[in-house]
Amino acid sequence: MQIKTKKISDYLWELEKTGDMLVPGRIYADEETFGQLLKDVDAKKGGGFTPALMQVANVACLPGIQKASLAMADIHPGYGFAIGGVAAFDIDTGVISVAGVGFDINCGVRVLTTPLDKKAIEPKKEQLANQLFRDVPSGVGSTGDIKLGEREIDELLVIGSRFVIDRGYGLPEDLEYTEENGCMEGADPKSVSHRAKERQYKQVGTLGSGNHYLEVQWVEEIYDDEAAAVYGLRRGQIVIAIHCGSRALGHQIGTDYLKTLEEASRKYGIPIRDRELVCAPVKSPEGRRYLSAVYAGMNSAFANRQAISHLARGSFARVMGIKPADVKLLYDVAHNTCKIETHEIDGVKKQLLIHRKGATRAFGPGREEVPARYRGVGQPLLVGGTMGTASYILRGTQKGMADCFGSAVHGAGRAMSRVQSSRQWSGSVLIKELGEQGIVIKSGSKSGVAEEAPGAYKDVDRVVEIMHRAGVNQKVARLRPLVCIKG
Amino acid sequence: MSYSYIEHISDIGIHAEGETLAAAFESGVEAVLGVMFVLDTVDESVKVAIQAGAREIDLLFVEVINEVLSMQGRDGLALKRLETRGLEETDKGFIFTGIAHGEKLNLDKHEVRTEVKGATYSGLRYYKGEGGRHCLECILDV
Repeated sequence: MQIKTKKISDYLWELEKTGDMLVPGRIYADEETFGQLLKDVDAKKGGGFTPALMQVANVACLPGIQKASLAMADIHPGYGFAIGGVAAFDIDTGVISVAGVGFDINCGVRVLTTPLDKKAIEPKKEQLANQLFRDVPSGVGSTGDIKLGEREIDELLVIGSRFVIDRGYGLPEDLEYTEENGCMEGADPKSVSHRAKERQYKQVGTLGSGNHYLEVQWVEEIYDDEAAAVYGLRRGQIVIAIHCGSRALGHQIGTDYLKTLEEASRKYGIPIRDRELVCAPVKSPEGRRYLSAVYAGMNSAFANRQAISHLARGSFARVMGIKPADVKLLYDVAHNTCKIETHEIDGVKKQLLIHRKGATRAFGPGREEVPARYRGVGQPLLVGGTMGTASYILRGTQKGMADCFGSAVHGAGRAMSRVQSSRQWSGSVLIKELGEQGIVIKSGSKSGVAEEAPGAYKDVDRVVEIMHRAGVNQKVARLRPLVCIKG
Repeated sequence: MSYSYIEHISDIGIHAEGETLAAAFESGVEAVLGVMFVLDTVDESVKVAIQAGAREIDLLFVEVINEVLSMQGRDGLALKRLETRGLEETDKGFIFTGIAHGEKLNLDKHEVRTEVKGATYSGLRYYKGEGGRHCLECILDV
C-alpha cells in the first residue's frame, strides 16, 4: 500500500485515505520527527519489519474504525498497532484486537504527592532508595507479600484496586483518583485462563522489569499555575511515580487471546493487512470474551499499582518520618487498554471501543469520569520519561476530546533498540554517571539498566511540546528524577 | 545452538536456525531464555513438560515459546534450554512435545536480565535458509 501524506498543521500530519483505508491516518509530529517516520517507511521498502506509519495505515483498514487511525507524538513501531496508536471502533461493526492493547494490559503510571521538598530528601536520598528497593519487589521473577489463591484472584479481577485497599494496602480515597475508580465494570474471571491466574498468585505488588520503575521525583517547573494548584503541585515538591502493569496475568491473557483471535480472524473472514492485527468483531463471542479479559487484566494492574503505592508510603514513613496518609494519590492512568467510552462524532454522542496502545486517556474539563476536584481543569496525564531526563504532568483539553478521542502520549518513546542500547552503554557506568548527576539508581539487573539508558529514548521534552502546541494536551509540570528503582 | 538477536526499536527480535526443525525450535527457545537470564548462571535440576499445537510451523514457534514462558512463570523457574521429544504433523496441524530444563529461580544465584512478556506474530516467519537450514524468526514483547 502506497501512503500519501498531507500537512494539516505544524504538529499534525495526515495519511490520506488511499487503497483499503477506511479512514485517514493522523499523526502528531513536528516536521523533523515526521520526516524521520517517512524515512523509516522508505528504509523498509525492501522488506523487514513494518514501519510505524504503515502500521497506522494498516489499522485504518480495519472494519468499523471511526474518524481516523491516530498516533500520538511518541509514535514508534509496535506489533500490529504502532506504539502511541489510538483507534476507535463502532461497537456494532468494529473489531477488537490484541495488538491494539499489547501484552502488558493496563501498563500505566500513577503519581503520588508528598508534603516534602527536595532539600528534605537530599540528605536521606541513598537511605530512601535502599528502603524502597527493599520494600518494593522488582525484577524478573520477583514475588510480593500478597499471596492469593484462585478464589481471591477472581475477586481481585472483578473489583480491582478495592481488593487490596480492603486488605489494608491503601486509602479508600485512592479509588477516586484512579482512572475508572480502579475498577472496570464487566470483568469476568471466567474469561481469564486458569494459567493466567496461577501466574498471578504471588505477583500482586511487584514492579516487574523492562521499562517499569518507581521513581522519587521533584517538581522542577510549573507551566500552568491554576492546574498545578488544583492537582496539589508546587515547585520543589517531592512526588513518587510508579510505572508498571498487570504483570504475568496480563501477559498470559495476551498470549491466550492472540491464538483465539487468530482463529477468529479466519472464522469471521476479517480482512486484515498484517497477521499481527488478528482481531474479532466486538460483538462476537470471542470479542466479548477478550474485552472482558482485558477488563480483568486492567483491574489486576490497578490493584498492583495500588499495592506498590502502599509499600512506597511505608518506605517514606520509615525513612522520612511522615504519615502514610500524607502521601496522596494525584492520579493513576492506564496506557495499554481498550474500553468502551462515549465520544461525540459529527455532533452525535456515540459509544465506541477505544484502543489505546502506549497512549493515555486524556479527558478534558467537564467530563464526568474526571474526579470532581479536577473536573474544572481536566484530567491529569502522567507522562513517564527516562531515569536521566524528565517526566511530565499534563492535562486533557476540549480540543483533545474533539480531535483524538481524549488521548495523550504515554512516554518519550524508544529511539534505539535494546540490543543497540546494551552495546552502547554499560549498566554500571550509567549508574555511576547518573549518580554524579544526583540520581540514585537501584536495580537487580545491570543489563536492564543499560537497555533503559536515557539516550535510548526520544527527547521527552520535544514529544510533550508537540502535543502541547497541537493543543490536545497542555503542560502543567515538569518532574526530574532523584531516585529510580528499576526492575 | 544457533541463534542471534534482531534489532527492533521497541522490543527484541530473535533469529534461530538448525539442521532440523526441532533444532531450530530449541535454538529459538534458548534465544528467548537468554534475553531473561545469563544462561551460564542457570543449572539443570528441574524438568518441565512442554506441549503445544498450531496450524502452521511459524504459529507453533510462537506457541512453544509462550508455553515455555508460561510454565516458567507459573512454577517460579529459571529455564535454560528446551529438548524436543516430538514434532509431528497431524490432520489438524503441528504438535510439539518436549522437556524444558532449568531450576528454581534464585535471585542470589541467577543473573537476571529482562523479562519477556511473550512471543508475538510480529516479524514471524519460517523459511529454509542456506543449505536448507530451518530458520525461525519473531519479535518478543519485552
